[in-house]
Amino acid sequence: MLPKAEFVHWWFATGFLILGLLLLAESLVGEAAWRRRPWRVYLWPSFLFLMGLLMWPVMTFYTNSTIHMLAHGSWAQAMMLAGAAELGLARGKLHSPYWSLTTAGAFLVSAAAILLHEQNGWFYARAAFLHHILGWTFVIGAAFPLARAFRPSSAVVRTGFALVFVVTAVFLYSDRDSASIFGHMSPLAGAQHR
Amino acid sequence: MATSSYSRVSTSVRSRAWSTRAKWTMLGGVVWAFMQPYRLTFLHPHGQGFWWLLSEPPLYVVLVGLAFAVFLAPALIQDLEEAEDAAEG
Repeated sequence: MLPKAEFVHWWFATGFLILGLLLLAESLVGEAAWRRRPWRVYLWPSFLFLMGLLMWPVMTFYTNSTIHMLAHGSWAQAMMLAGAAELGLARGKLHSPYWSLTTAGAFLVSAAAILLHEQNGWFYARAAFLHHILGWTFVIGAAFPLARAFRPSSAVVRTGFALVFVVTAVFLYSDRDSASIFGHMSPLAGAQHR
Repeated sequence: MATSSYSRVSTSVRSRAWSTRAKWTMLGGVVWAFMQPYRLTFLHPHGQGFWWLLSEPPLYVVLVGLAFAVFLAPALIQDLEEAEDAAEG
């Protein structure tokens, strides 16, 4: 039996929390200290790549609709591409900081997918609200990886980039398959959870 | 001299901030568990299926904080102190 969608959202929330905390740690201690152990440099890019890989089973098994399948598939590809580019930068195989633009692209693709596959309005139910707010968080949050390509050592940019993932984790942990949002819930959304 | 002193304070603050980051994450999970105990299925496991028993979000947050405290923080603090010593030396 498949786990409920909300369980998968909580697992990915944990992944985003780990990503956010790794990036916050890197931002806090500075690049020089972070790079003193080579394995640490690979942590967050490889974790991002792994999360992209783990999106494929989600795409395969959660086929509620074609648009869901396309959204999950595009996230998988975007996360793997961003993770691979960041791994290339960490390893030194890629030199240009402009490769960070792939991460900005991944943010925008993810935002488009999450906004386009949510067919209901903001206050239909909590899941719909979270889809909308997550989509717009990634649209606005794309400014940070974009800025990172031009100012890679800026502490503000690095911290902002990390916080996008932490905020995403909070939103995903808040998700329930059917729950109200600020007291609103469509009668068509099903029976409310605890 | 002033730069070295500033660097030492800055490194010390960063070390402390980093070491408390993991603890704050764990504390966040514990506070969440108290605020929404119904999100912890193991507190009322009777009749729950495998996936419900596996899915304990506040516990996930505590475990992430614990993993950072155990696996990442010690080496990172050591590296920060070594970087400070190297800068002074």
